[in-house]
Amino acid sequence: MDIIQNHGTIFVALAVIFGLYMTWGIGANDVANVMGTSVGSGAITVRTAIIIAAIFEFAGAALAGGHVTDTIRKGMVDADAIADAPEVLVFGMLAALLAAGIWLMIASSRGWPVSTTHSIVGAVVGFAVAALGMEAVHWDKITEIVLSWIVSPVLGGAIAFVLMLSIRKLILNADNPFASAKHWGPVYVFLVGFIIALVTLFKGLSPLKIHLSVAASFVIALIIGVIVAAIGYVLIQKVEVDEEADKDFHYASVEKVFVPMMLFTACAMAFAHGSNDVANGVGPMAAVVGLVKSGGEVAQKSDLPLWILVLGGIGIVIGLATYGFRVMRTIGSRITELTPTRGFCATMAAAATVVLASRTGMPVSTTHIAVGGVIGVGMARGIGAIDMRVIGGIVMSWIITLPIGGMLAALFYFTIRGIFST
Amino acid sequence: MARGSTFAGLFGRSPFKPMQEHMRTVKKCSAQVTKLFEALCEGDQKKVLAIKDKIFDLENEADKIKNQLRSHLPKSLFMPVDRRDLLEVLDLQDNIADTAQDIAGLLVARRMDVADGMRQPLMNLVRRCVDACDQAARIIERLDELVETGFRGPESESVIEMVDQLNNIESDTDQMGLELTQSLFAHEDDMNPVSVVFWHDLIEMIGELADYAEKVGNRLRLLLAR
Repeated sequence: MDIIQNHGTIFVALAVIFGLYMTWGIGANDVANVMGTSVGSGAITVRTAIIIAAIFEFAGAALAGGHVTDTIRKGMVDADAIADAPEVLVFGMLAALLAAGIWLMIASSRGWPVSTTHSIVGAVVGFAVAALGMEAVHWDKITEIVLSWIVSPVLGGAIAFVLMLSIRKLILNADNPFASAKHWGPVYVFLVGFIIALVTLFKGLSPLKIHLSVAASFVIALIIGVIVAAIGYVLIQKVEVDEEADKDFHYASVEKVFVPMMLFTACAMAFAHGSNDVANGVGPMAAVVGLVKSGGEVAQKSDLPLWILVLGGIGIVIGLATYGFRVMRTIGSRITELTPTRGFCATMAAAATVVLASRTGMPVSTTHIAVGGVIGVGMARGIGAIDMRVIGGIVMSWIITLPIGGMLAALFYFTIRGIFST
Repeated sequence: MARGSTFAGLFGRSPFKPMQEHMRTVKKCSAQVTKLFEALCEGDQKKVLAIKDKIFDLENEADKIKNQLRSHLPKSLFMPVDRRDLLEVLDLQDNIADTAQDIAGLLVARRMDVADGMRQPLMNLVRRCVDACDQAARIIERLDELVETGFRGPESESVIEMVDQLNNIESDTDQMGLELTQSLFAHEDDMNPVSVVFWHDLIEMIGELADYAEKVGNRLRLLLAR
């Protein structure tokens, strides 16, 4: 108790610094992955991607980021185990943030496909086991989370597969693909707006303390969908047939219709990422701040202050601005095989899946779901070549990241405890 | 940091663009065969030599593209078509260039005089065989569109039609090859017996250009039928 009261300000300061470090890393690395499909398919420039990411990551974190943050800050560790010694959780969360941040930095500088989500989950579990023992961990929740890591990319892939087949049936294989694209384009844009809005709004926005009935969520989502579709319609109408390009590639003009449409999936994807991954940095930060504020009382029901989510959003934007754009440029130049139609399917599927997972409080890996989406399009015979070795790399990164994140967190936990307990 | 991004690593090099690039080179190579025989009929041995060099260069270039493509097709690559099928089409494309090279090589290695009466049927056959190669190249140019539509639907049907046309062209060349052989045997008494044997081989080789072109089309048809 005393430790928290004596060093409260330092803990909050440390939490903010480590949290910003973590979210900076997310912005620098992760965001580039999720915006990669949009930049790579040539739909938007790197500059546009950064502006979109800045706005929608922020919006996603603030509007829909609460559930995942809650899971990370109090869903995985048993509150009873630390009721007598709340400083353990403070040390632990600081250690987890530092461990995840450092591991991410090491791994991404080596080019290993690690996920921010897996790092932080591994770190929190690692600290909990080291400090409190096996029984302090909510293993049923952890099992659920790990299952979501397998289910979510598969779901993303399945949605992308179905989307690809529908686009092929309705547009590419139609008598006049270009006219069909213009006709169905706004419908797809509507779906993007409607689905993301519906999942986000369903039963209200807890971070903003707005409560909505199911019917109200539906109506508002419908309105948002229609507005987005209307904007999409205007943009799509401006697209004209490019006869010169069509000579070389018969579907060049059709693909051009999907370019403005990808603007919307890019926004949706940034929003989805914000709603899920910002929590990785914000969750532990919120846990520390909450404990210090309550004077060490472990309140399972404490509210999540909005300013912390905002801080997370700021960290991401700084990461993007200082480093992320470079990563994005590199990735964009390497994903040239992705045409706008494919990019649209993969991104929309991934965004919908991530937002859905966020809604249920599952900390999933956005990058892995995006990979799932692309593979889904590939399964529909849509992409020239997909290197399946990436799947092996992803599985390897799980096997490595979880124990290393955990061990690092345990190490930092004992270090931090050593410093403050004397 | 971006070096090994999970996401970027997902995208292998699509084989379809290099396939088309290879076929374009092969087409250039087979197109030279017409010029080669025109020069031969004119009796311009210098020109024959120059064109032979060009054919050898183009064949070389096609080989390079082929080898590069092969080395970028690891087994872990997931593609809209089977890897083996793709490599088989590639080999068939390459056979066209190889045949062109063999023809050019023979014309340079041995002096092959054209009997007056043979000129017309010879050029007919050569032109039609090169037509077959051009048609195969046109089909390969449609790979982009096939990938776009997932090898299904109207696009695939239109490519199958093109393969049908290719089959017709090949049938023409069979007939023309026969006519040329008849013309050869009509002149056999005026010719050196060794020449007759080599001309007979040469006619076969010219026909092979169309045979391989047809096989490229048929292999692709098989891909579309699945």
